[in-house]
Amino acid sequence: MATTDELSRSDLKRYLEERALTLRRHCLEMIGRARSGHPGGSLSAADIVAVLYFHHMHQSHKNPRDPDRDRFVLSKGHAAPVLYAALAENGYIPLRDLQGLRQLDSKLEGHPDMNKVPGVDITSGSLGQGLSAANGMALAGRIDGRDYRVYVLIGDGESQEGMIWEAAMFGAHHKLDRVTAIVDYNNLQIDGHVSDIIEVQPLKDKWRAFGWHVLEVDGHDVIAIEDALKEADMMHGKPTVILARTVKCKGVSFMENKADWHGKAPNDDELRRALEELSCVPEVGA
Amino acid sequence: MKATREAIPAVLTELAKGGADIVALDADLAKSTGLDKFAAAFPDRFFDCGVAEQNMIGTANGLAAAGKTVFVGGFTVFTVGRAWDQLRNVTCYANLNVKICSSHAGISVGEDGATHQTFEDIALLRMLPTMKILVPADYWQAAEMLRAAAALDGPVFVRIGRPKVPFVYDESYKFEFGQAEVLRPGADVTLIGCGVTVKMALDAATELAEDGIHAEVINAATIKPLDEDTIIASAAKTGRVVTAEEHSVIGGLGGAVAEVLSENLPTPLRRVGLADRYGKSAPYEELFPFFGITAEEIAAAAREML
Ligand SMILES: Cc1ncc(C[n+]2csc(CCOP(=O)(O)OP(=O)(O)O)c2C)c(N)n1
Ligand SMILES: [Mg+2]
Repeated sequence: MATTDELSRSDLKRYLEERALTLRRHCLEMIGRARSGHPGGSLSAADIVAVLYFHHMHQSHKNPRDPDRDRFVLSKGHAAPVLYAALAENGYIPLRDLQGLRQLDSKLEGHPDMNKVPGVDITSGSLGQGLSAANGMALAGRIDGRDYRVYVLIGDGESQEGMIWEAAMFGAHHKLDRVTAIVDYNNLQIDGHVSDIIEVQPLKDKWRAFGWHVLEVDGHDVIAIEDALKEADMMHGKPTVILARTVKCKGVSFMENKADWHGKAPNDDELRRALEELSCVPEVGA
Repeated sequence: MKATREAIPAVLTELAKGGADIVALDADLAKSTGLDKFAAAFPDRFFDCGVAEQNMIGTANGLAAAGKTVFVGGFTVFTVGRAWDQLRNVTCYANLNVKICSSHAGISVGEDGATHQTFEDIALLRMLPTMKILVPADYWQAAEMLRAAAALDGPVFVRIGRPKVPFVYDESYKFEFGQAEVLRPGADVTLIGCGVTVKMALDAATELAEDGIHAEVINAATIKPLDEDTIIASAAKTGRVVTAEEHSVIGGLGGAVAEVLSENLPTPLRRVGLADRYGKSAPYEELFPFFGITAEEIAAAAREML
């Protein structure tokens, strides 16, 4: 986006970190209000989503169906709050709509619905499917001679789905260099640590063996994420996967790195303490 | 005699030549669906996904979300069965333009046996909101249905089969979406078929006519949305209904007709089809008598109610 392109690296860093913090606060407020939702995977991905939506991707709320726009596929659809927050902060939906998460009269379903929310590029929620969809979008762009890119966010637990690897083979075979996959590598899923449930390591070797260009970053370092995304954009002839090392529920000390916070809403007290940590005036029960 | 699957490359090539923005995918069965011929004509409009049906539907979803009309092949048992979640949670939920033209539906698959036949595909797809289900009785109807699938909004399943089957229609046939077709009028009993059983129902009607029984024969070519009016009107006239299909009697044509009649006009009904069991290997002509799906069985079911 033109405005952030002019920022110095240190200003960009400060700006994106502030945006990520805002996303985190929205997520917890939304989930707290709904008394339901997935804080862990939403906060874990906040920095990645912030870099994409506030700096890296080319798309605009003025034309959410622009055929030339970059696409974002939230394959781990349970992190919907962080996507909704990014869309709201980008003007796709009114900020106040965030309050309706998971409610009867709201379009903000528990998992993203492309026909209800402008800016949602594909419906998700059933894990394992996003990489295939991203590949399909990239193929369509190739057929049409459009040069948009497709970014797809995958969970590490989600990487246990066989379909991810079907799609990995497909993407490499067709040299879909306009696809960038990002793995939210927080080593947690619902039942515990990914390494205890079904180990996905060595992920780097696996993706490389599947024919992908592999990058590893700290998934909470916005500049490192941006640099990796840029490198991926320059790749020719193969798709790139960015293995982003993350901390589940990052940003709230008492929620970080605990499988329990995968899909549990904070109560009023927890929400107040969490928002304090995210340096925000508490607005509990508002 | 001509197989319904022969319509796939013919119609898709015709559509692409006409400028339709279509893409076709297969899962290592392009030689069975005939999509290899489409691929030869339009190489950059075809992608073979390999033996990976879930990825095939997932890729189709992405292509459709980016504006393409996508035809997907494969064998029906795997395209619909293995990738059902992909169809349920994305294709149908998001009402995407994914058109299932997989082949080898029903038990007419024959020798490959139970693992490759389908008796549940209509049931699996019938309950998905936005899905439309078309069952061709012959080559000409299949061709028309594939054209209709391209024109319709959202997901469509055209139930295509492997073997050569007799013609019911001719080249001039025009398909009307959502319309059950009364192929032969009669006042004593209604015989409703779809796919290969349409010809059987017509033969059953001929047989019954020899005994002075006048059967009305309906081709319920659109299973979803079902043409309730035509079915209710016929049942009101004849007071007896027989359904016939190469599908389980649960959840398919027979199930759908039972639902419509019991709510609107309770009518004595017999369902000819697979009786809650798997198929088996055999030349397909032998399978139909083995499973009791024949003109004689349809006629016998009609006589039971007279
Ligand atoms: C196909 C499918 N199976 C199961 C689920 C239920 N589920 C939701 S989130 C989740 C764990 C995901 O873990 P991970 O991908 O690591 O996500 P993250 O840690 O980023 O939240 C599961 C099993 C689902 N949504 N889809
Ligand atoms: Mg995880």
